[in-house]
Amino acid sequence: MWLVRRLLQSLFVILAMTIIVFIGVNVIGDPVETLIAPDADQIERARAIVQFGLDKPLWHQYLSFLSGAVHGDFGKSFVFSEPALKVILQRMPATMELAVSALILAVVIGIPLGLYAGLRADSPVAKTIMAGSVLGFSLPTFWVGLLFIMVFSVQLGWLPSSGRGDTRQLFGVEWSFLTLDGLTHMILPAFNLALFKISLVIRLVRAGVREVLPQEYVKFARAKGLTERRIILVHVLKNIMIPVVTVVGIEFGSTIAFSVVTESIFSWPGMGKLIIDSINMLDRPMIVAYLVMIVFLFVAINLVVDTLYTILDPRVRLDQKE
Amino acid sequence: MIADGSALGAASSTKTRTIETPLRRIVREFSASSLALFGLFVLVLVIMVAIFAPAIAPQNPYDLMQLDIVDGRLPPGSQSMAGMTYWLGTDDQGRDILSGILYGLRISLGVGVASAFVAAVVGASLGLVAAYAGGRAETVIMRVVDLQLSFPAILVALMILAVLGKGVMNVVLALIMVEWATYARTTRSTALVERNKEYIEAAECLVLPRWRILFRHLLPNCLPPLIVISTVQVARAIALEATLSFLGLGVPVTEPSLGLLIANGYQYMLSGKFWISFYPGIALLVTIVAINLVGDQLRDVLNPRGRS
Repeated sequence: MWLVRRLLQSLFVILAMTIIVFIGVNVIGDPVETLIAPDADQIERARAIVQFGLDKPLWHQYLSFLSGAVHGDFGKSFVFSEPALKVILQRMPATMELAVSALILAVVIGIPLGLYAGLRADSPVAKTIMAGSVLGFSLPTFWVGLLFIMVFSVQLGWLPSSGRGDTRQLFGVEWSFLTLDGLTHMILPAFNLALFKISLVIRLVRAGVREVLPQEYVKFARAKGLTERRIILVHVLKNIMIPVVTVVGIEFGSTIAFSVVTESIFSWPGMGKLIIDSINMLDRPMIVAYLVMIVFLFVAINLVVDTLYTILDPRVRLDQKE
Repeated sequence: MIADGSALGAASSTKTRTIETPLRRIVREFSASSLALFGLFVLVLVIMVAIFAPAIAPQNPYDLMQLDIVDGRLPPGSQSMAGMTYWLGTDDQGRDILSGILYGLRISLGVGVASAFVAAVVGASLGLVAAYAGGRAETVIMRVVDLQLSFPAILVALMILAVLGKGVMNVVLALIMVEWATYARTTRSTALVERNKEYIEAAECLVLPRWRILFRHLLPNCLPPLIVISTVQVARAIALEATLSFLGLGVPVTEPSLGLLIANGYQYMLSGKFWISFYPGIALLVTIVAINLVGDQLRDVLNPRGRS
């Protein structure tokens, strides 16, 4: 029942967003320019206006736009001369690969550092970690990316600064993480994208540890004479994992959004770089397709996170019933 | 306190002098952190420098007469043809980076403060209405807030700018659209607590007009958390504007903010001419960190729960 209501809600959000995107592009923007290549002459324009139904009433136009969208038809990209959705789907694995590796880095680096900062809160190392996390929040992602390139690519010459490197096929899709060259290309952008998330995980874990440590069951575990290692790994860590898992899940979406910046800096050929290029080249079918696509993706991610959360934490379900 | 005062007699005069006004307490607690004071000092400095940029900048970067293409991409500390020293080097058009930063700060700070202010007015008003009116108005407002906040800021801004195109006003508009929801949510949650307190009840008993209760009684008591998030929001707005401008979606080249200055130097980064991007980035970083330091301390001082 809960899931059905949540699904309907998600559907409503997607519908609302398609209306907003449609109005944005067709009412605020000029639909003729949206659909017809800028170099078309008068006769072509007139023919296209009839062909695309731009002479019809607005609600009629919206319905045909919607039915096109449902069938995955957003028109052809001006730049690529291919269906817009197809181009986006081709670029998607590169973005996913980058976003997932950034999240893995955030968890692998963030949790140990956060644990340390929480357990030895007054030590100088912990203070350094926290100061670092403040920097991670404050530093603009794009500028850090530039610094990475300056230091590691230009000055030291250790790591490549652009592109995906060699890729290898798996399940019919090209991946960078399967080759050594691809991996070296991934290090800088993945770290760049992960920086903000690492800071976030450190703070979350630290706050969680500080909250859990004074509780009765930790004292009881100590009284039982359990090793410090077991107390931390089992009793403390387990109880702070729920907020960490939720936040990391929710952050997956924003990681994909922020990959727009990282991909542009490191010329990573993903969806993010695609949308920026499309906006700069006024490739409107591409822009519309991307916007609808990303809304869909976000609603889907939120739905999955919410569902997982109810499964993990029964209290949320109880809240819903009230 | 009143009963004590009459009994203490002569001592009461010294006693009243030591009683702290809330403002004095805030100033004292804020000053307790030297880091926050340093942040405040830097922030004031940055604001002054931005305001007086035309007076202190060695060069007017918009005045093409003062630029010399021969001076393009000079490293920091070089001399111009006319004998002027470029302390932070020049960009590809022979523009003094230091002057560019000083003028760029004006635009970055202006866009950040303006958007955060309008967003605060819009968001706080809607939040107050939601908390005070309740019912359908609250449901609608909070649903929109939830929807908005489920999308990352950069994506919302990207969507708006993809439709509107670039320009200073469009960026401000996009930032307002991004930020108002946070204000609305914070204001509502504070106002929900405040509206059940006695002074609101008293005001209602006096049959004061609704707007008066909302804006003269409820709003002032919701201000502390709003002030705290405002500092964070200004920093976020500045960073987001810089990011958008870097991506080529923000301010136009005729009004270069720090983000655009960084973008201009991006292509020269690979050839080792780091200063074109590096120094504007430092300016951006110093500004954001200073605001965050002040904001962090303000949060500790203004939040009664955080007080030990």
